[in-house]
Amino acid sequence: MDEIYSVYAQEAREQLTELESGLLRMEAGDHDPETINTIFRSAHTIKGASGVVELPHIEKFTHVLENLLDKLRNNEIGVSSDLITALLKGCDHLNTLIVRVEEGNLEPDPALQAAGEVVAEGLRVFSGEAPKSQAEFPETHTADVERDEAGTAMTDCWHISVRFGQSVLRNGMDPIAFLRYLLSLGEIVHMTTLPDAMPDTDDMDPEACYLGFEMNFRSHADKAAIEKVFDFVRDDCDLHILPPNSKISDYLGLIETLPEESLRLGEILVRSGALTQEELDQGLRRQRVSETIATRVAEEEGLPVPPPPPLGEILVKQHVVQPEIVEAAAAKQKQVAEKKATEARLIRVQADKLDHLIDLVGELVIAGASANLMALKSGQSTLVEATSIVSGLVENIRDSALQLRMVQIGETFNRFHRVVRDVSKELNKDIDLVITGAETELDKTVVEKIGDPLMHLVRNAMDHGIEPADVRVAKGKSASGRVELNAFHDSGSIIIEVIDDGGGLNKERILNKAIEKGIVQPGQNLTDHEINNLIFEAGFSTAEKVTNLSGRGVGMDVVKKNIQALRGTVEVLTEEGQGSRFVIRLPLTLAIIDGFLVGVDKSSYVIPLEMVVECLELQNISQDRNYLNLRGEVLPFVRLRELFEIDGERPARENVVVVKSGSQKAGIVVDVLQGEFQTVIKPLASIFRHLRGIGGSTILGSGDVALILDVQALTQLAVTTEERVTSATRV
Amino acid sequence: MTEFATQTLTDGACRLIVDGDMTIYNALEVKQHLIAAVRSANTLELDLSHVSEMDTAGFQLLVLSKQESLRLERTLRITAHSDAVREIIQFYNMGAFFGDPVVIPAGERQ
Repeated sequence: MDEIYSVYAQEAREQLTELESGLLRMEAGDHDPETINTIFRSAHTIKGASGVVELPHIEKFTHVLENLLDKLRNNEIGVSSDLITALLKGCDHLNTLIVRVEEGNLEPDPALQAAGEVVAEGLRVFSGEAPKSQAEFPETHTADVERDEAGTAMTDCWHISVRFGQSVLRNGMDPIAFLRYLLSLGEIVHMTTLPDAMPDTDDMDPEACYLGFEMNFRSHADKAAIEKVFDFVRDDCDLHILPPNSKISDYLGLIETLPEESLRLGEILVRSGALTQEELDQGLRRQRVSETIATRVAEEEGLPVPPPPPLGEILVKQHVVQPEIVEAAAAKQKQVAEKKATEARLIRVQADKLDHLIDLVGELVIAGASANLMALKSGQSTLVEATSIVSGLVENIRDSALQLRMVQIGETFNRFHRVVRDVSKELNKDIDLVITGAETELDKTVVEKIGDPLMHLVRNAMDHGIEPADVRVAKGKSASGRVELNAFHDSGSIIIEVIDDGGGLNKERILNKAIEKGIVQPGQNLTDHEINNLIFEAGFSTAEKVTNLSGRGVGMDVVKKNIQALRGTVEVLTEEGQGSRFVIRLPLTLAIIDGFLVGVDKSSYVIPLEMVVECLELQNISQDRNYLNLRGEVLPFVRLRELFEIDGERPARENVVVVKSGSQKAGIVVDVLQGEFQTVIKPLASIFRHLRGIGGSTILGSGDVALILDVQALTQLAVTTEERVTSATRV
Repeated sequence: MTEFATQTLTDGACRLIVDGDMTIYNALEVKQHLIAAVRSANTLELDLSHVSEMDTAGFQLLVLSKQESLRLERTLRITAHSDAVREIIQFYNMGAFFGDPVVIPAGERQ
């Protein structure tokens, strides 16, 4: 049972996302009818699904939402900002409800219910409905049951006419099950099966249901009980129930409502004993007379005689009685087709299965490396060739396995449309969100964890970054501000940028504040860049006015910590008056890297290959300086031998691996270069967590352990030590 | 697994023997076989005596086959019914649609 609800919640959430993004598009001026159709379909699907898993409170609420959307779709009401706000509130409430379901609370929460009623009320204001305390579902043809002896048919049976929707079979429900269940309430006196809706042989979908039924049903049960039989397919079938002794005109109304040809239906009714032939003839005659009168009246008044409606219109007219059901069926149909198409492309896989696969691939990579090594040692050229083919394949497998975990960042970015909209309303600023690089892919775990830091940066940019409209205009900028989200790949990392065209950071204020808070000492010599990045220090906040959005001083350092936990970095580039650019750099994946194997004495180390720029021989270097001249550029370096305090003699020839991390280059001095090596990162145990310069470990083909160098930390170290040394000598 | 066996009879008619289920789970496959059989010969005899289960989807396909054969002005006869098939046709009151004595063939009466 639980699984049903989790699948339900997941699907509902997806629909809700679509609904929300559609609403935002509409507000932004998207008048494409397909957009509103998509929105309506999403709402309808949620409603239907809620009904199927028996969550009436959600179904009821969605119904209100759907009603309003329907009005919107029929152009009965126009789009306005208030309307969208109300609808979005509805989405939020729905989300809360779904979250509750996910947590396993199937019963409605009274407090939430009350809140929902308020939201629903807000929606009803727009749809112009009188407030209703009761859910009003599309009633299936409310029959007039008042006694009218003159025009009643002489039968003591209920007449049930039902047309099943095409998707019932696919949804695992068999019409025969409902009809058999009906037998528990009474006796089917006569049944006519109507396969009329079945399309041409080639178009007929064997998994769709095309059947309709006309039944004479003798029972003492009441209408509600009979309706209840069809509860499970209520959204998915067209059900009409006429009580015993209904008026003939009701039967005629029914005939008109049903999709089949009137004459044929009339015959069916007669055959099934619901009506006598005489009753039918009489009724049809009366109907024809009234039509003739209408035509004549039109002629007399000089109006054009209404032409016979085209086939399509007849169908529509016949369906008019329940536009909701018909549209819902059409929408459902379309959606089933769409869903089928996407289902063919997508498979839901549990994340841990994927992790297991990647684990195995990791082991395979190690085993492959070991086999390679053996082959090389053996010196058999055929064996070497065979293993090299195998390792090529393993490499491909590794890449595709990792690709499986990759998701586009666009989905995360799109969430911000809503955030920007709400916040800009709240702040009374006009702010546009521009998204670029949405198709950039990165590891799913990274995507999940980057949401919060991004949220904070975006909110900050809007609150502190973008100036109020009057200030902007005074500065000669456009009145509406702009926040940009951008993502792209760069040397083995993904870069995510949050850019605003606001006021930028004020260095002086940052510095003063930092001194005041004791983060830096007065007189400390800092570059502009360093000053700007002080905002990421703990306990730092420059906002003079604390708003409920940001400014509590807990933001930026948390952002930095979260990003560091993902082995990433964040920095800010800013120009006063022009805006700021927050740059987040994250590793693409957390599992496997292409490495460059180097050796110092007997130990091996792995440097992530994407970071390696070039290798050179270390020569003509004065012993006490830790920088060298690389084609006229100053290149600071670290000696691994010193850093890790490795004993042993330096070899006659040492090598420098030039690495690049972000915009900084540094050298790492090692004894020997051992070449490329792909490897699986085995995270270090938590006691080594604070170790600087080492990012993880891996096992070599020979079974030895090699440490993976944290290039970022090493570069930082090389640069800062060198700066400290130089500034010390200068002073 | 549902198996489909086709035989060509001496008088040029074709006989399709369905052995297994005719349900939503194999509806696609069943449709292909039935329609191909209907289109292949002037007279098709359906032997459904080995159909162990039939649901509405399977029943619908029988109706479709019958309609297709009527459209092509050919003959479709169900020469043998299993209990499952007979039961669903009776429930849906469609014996007359498939036409006649074929519903309960002599061979089955014993």
